[in-house]
Amino acid sequence: MTVLFVVLGYAALAIFIVGVLAKVWKYGKTPAPLKIPQTPAPVTASGVPVRILSEVVFFKSLFKSNRVIWLAGYLFHIGLLLALIKHYRFLFASVPAGLDYFATFEMYPGLIMLGGLGLLFLLRLVVDRNMFISVMTDYVLLILLIAIAGTGTLAKHYFRVDITQVKEFMMGLVSFSPMGSNSTFPTELIFLIHFSLVLLLLVYFPFSKLMHAAGVFFSPTRNQVDNPREKRIVAPWAENLPAPTTDVEEVAEAHGQA
Amino acid sequence: MADTEATATKEEPKVLTDLEKVGEPIVPRKKPNDIHGDDLVGKISVPKVQEGAAAANKPYLCKSENMQKLGFPGDLRTDWHDAAIAKMGELLKKYKSLQVYMDICVKCGACTDKCHYFLGTKDPKNMPVARAELFRKVYRKYFTTEGKILGKLAGAERFDLDLLGEWYSYFHQCSQCRRCSVFCPYGIDTAEISMAAREIMDHIGIGQKYVNDIIVKVHEVGNNLGMNPKALKATLESTEEDLEEETGQKIRLPLDEVGAEVLMVTPSADFFASPHVESLLGYAKVFHQAGISWTFSSVASEAGNFGMFMGNYSQMQKVASRVKLAIDEIKPKRLIVGECGHAWRIAYSFWNTLIGPFDSLDPNYKRPEHICEYTLDLVNRGAIKLDKSKNDDFVVTFHDSCNVARGARMGDKPGGQFTIPRELIKASCNRYVEMDEETIMEKTFCCGGGGGLLTDDLLELRVQGAMPRMQAFHKVQESHGANFLALICAICKAQFTKILPKYGVGMDVAGGVHQLIANAIELGAKE
Repeated sequence: MTVLFVVLGYAALAIFIVGVLAKVWKYGKTPAPLKIPQTPAPVTASGVPVRILSEVVFFKSLFKSNRVIWLAGYLFHIGLLLALIKHYRFLFASVPAGLDYFATFEMYPGLIMLGGLGLLFLLRLVVDRNMFISVMTDYVLLILLIAIAGTGTLAKHYFRVDITQVKEFMMGLVSFSPMGSNSTFPTELIFLIHFSLVLLLLVYFPFSKLMHAAGVFFSPTRNQVDNPREKRIVAPWAENLPAPTTDVEEVAEAHGQA
Repeated sequence: MADTEATATKEEPKVLTDLEKVGEPIVPRKKPNDIHGDDLVGKISVPKVQEGAAAANKPYLCKSENMQKLGFPGDLRTDWHDAAIAKMGELLKKYKSLQVYMDICVKCGACTDKCHYFLGTKDPKNMPVARAELFRKVYRKYFTTEGKILGKLAGAERFDLDLLGEWYSYFHQCSQCRRCSVFCPYGIDTAEISMAAREIMDHIGIGQKYVNDIIVKVHEVGNNLGMNPKALKATLESTEEDLEEETGQKIRLPLDEVGAEVLMVTPSADFFASPHVESLLGYAKVFHQAGISWTFSSVASEAGNFGMFMGNYSQMQKVASRVKLAIDEIKPKRLIVGECGHAWRIAYSFWNTLIGPFDSLDPNYKRPEHICEYTLDLVNRGAIKLDKSKNDDFVVTFHDSCNVARGARMGDKPGGQFTIPRELIKASCNRYVEMDEETIMEKTFCCGGGGGLLTDDLLELRVQGAMPRMQAFHKVQESHGANFLALICAICKAQFTKILPKYGVGMDVAGGVHQLIANAIELGAKE
């Protein structure tokens, strides 16, 4: 059992990291041949991080668009952030400075997540426009996240999962000595489900719309400086383009219709 | 008996070619006289979705000859499927916007009620996310692991003729106004996606008649209206005569005058369409009164550039290159662009890339400049004087053009594209009123005719798409007696002139910002 989950854990993590990096690499290297910032936009490079952070931290445009979707999305992401922070205790032997605040502050990040996710799910069912654009994977992803948040909350508040054992197993994983003397896979079913679903999420992440987490930083309408009159850009592929032909016969030949 | 009757009335089924299948409207187009706008109530409400409500909106297909003149195949390629996928792969590598926007949409729904064409047609495939999904279906199927494994469960679909027909319909119901992008948490720009879709369609032999015919005209004659230099010269001369009659002054409309200080590039509609020409008179009066030598160019007699609408970089560059030729010929110090929305986006955002750098122009001025930047500067410096009372018949409101509002800027500060035209209008009239804030500035609604859709075969769509702006205008019409819709775009002007009567509003309500300037400017000797 331990061996199996150690192998699965490392495999999932490897797929996640390599997959995300590959996508990020692709986004980074694809050229943006034209200046397309959605204006009004920052006119200096220093304004761009402010713009992007206002989206990442506050979901500014979503707030402008629709307060209900904003609330649902914001609750979920804040809950997720708090939950991730709280998981630090499974990964570090001692509490890192600054994070101990969260250890003493009792809260329910899982419930915040569930509230947001529930609302997101409801929106897909209730609003005809959202229903129209939803496909199976949209629902499945929400269910997966609900299941992860749900099992996590249950493991913490209802089932007495052996925290020490979980911590030893996780620390074994992150210290690359997974088969240490104390490090065996916790046997509680709720933990097994929670852990497995997280692995599934990690594997699915780079291939799914969850890539918005990285992609938001690469969006040309939001990350470009509004200075096209001052600064000339030309994509490598556009440097020496031949003028489009107007010779009808030449065209027909090129498209195999001569 | 019944049998023979049935056979007798049955029409011979028409066998459509693949090309016709893609371009054929599902129901016949309505006659122009049967098209009417919604009742004006001053409020924009979000409709319940009606699937397929706008599926019939399809523009005419471009004929083979003009397709080939632009370097595209004359008919739907027999290998269109493979050619389309290959082209898609190429564009994904060329455009960061396309690649990123294919991957990161979470379908949150924020954009679903933001498109004027959805609000007007009620067709859910006109919701920005649903429009983009038509592209993403194909992307997922051929370019993603998720789509290859999960197929339809992940929203992946094979590119077949039916889907291509939907592409042709719905990617020609996007005016590339980018309103959706303002509200998207990731700034996903549907214009980038519809441009890519149109480029792919051209590449496989399915082009839109209106846009492609116009580009052919630009390449062959020099402007969108197909006005040759001789005709242009004659028009300008007769307009000069009219101007002299009206004002008693020799106000010139110069053409091809080498060495003029200012090269003026304006949409060709300004040369004789109404109300466009009123703004042209405004430009001429401004230059005259400022005492600046200026000229139009017969080589660059078009500021508009439909290459953007078809998403084709090379075509856009080829159209823009006429401006470069004109600069080399005229050798002006300054380059000024007239009232045109998409033209200003291209001039402001793309010219430097496409035909820059503008090293021969005077570096003390913006390169290029918008006519509103130029005129307001003259007003602020006292170089020209405006008599506001000349526009006392009007209660003016301003319609921000989408491409200026969200794709460009004026002046030095962010948002100058909003403040500069407004300051200019307020300097020329006494009564100005702002429309609802959800419909102006960065949230402005498209006029309904932008992005290459200003064609009568899409008239019903244009009327429906104008609905949000018409409701907002109606509100200030009722509350403040607004009777002048000030515009800075040739497409907006043509669109509103046609559409206003469909909503029971007089078409003379639409006019240019420089029309107001033309009315108010004090001509004659300076004190």
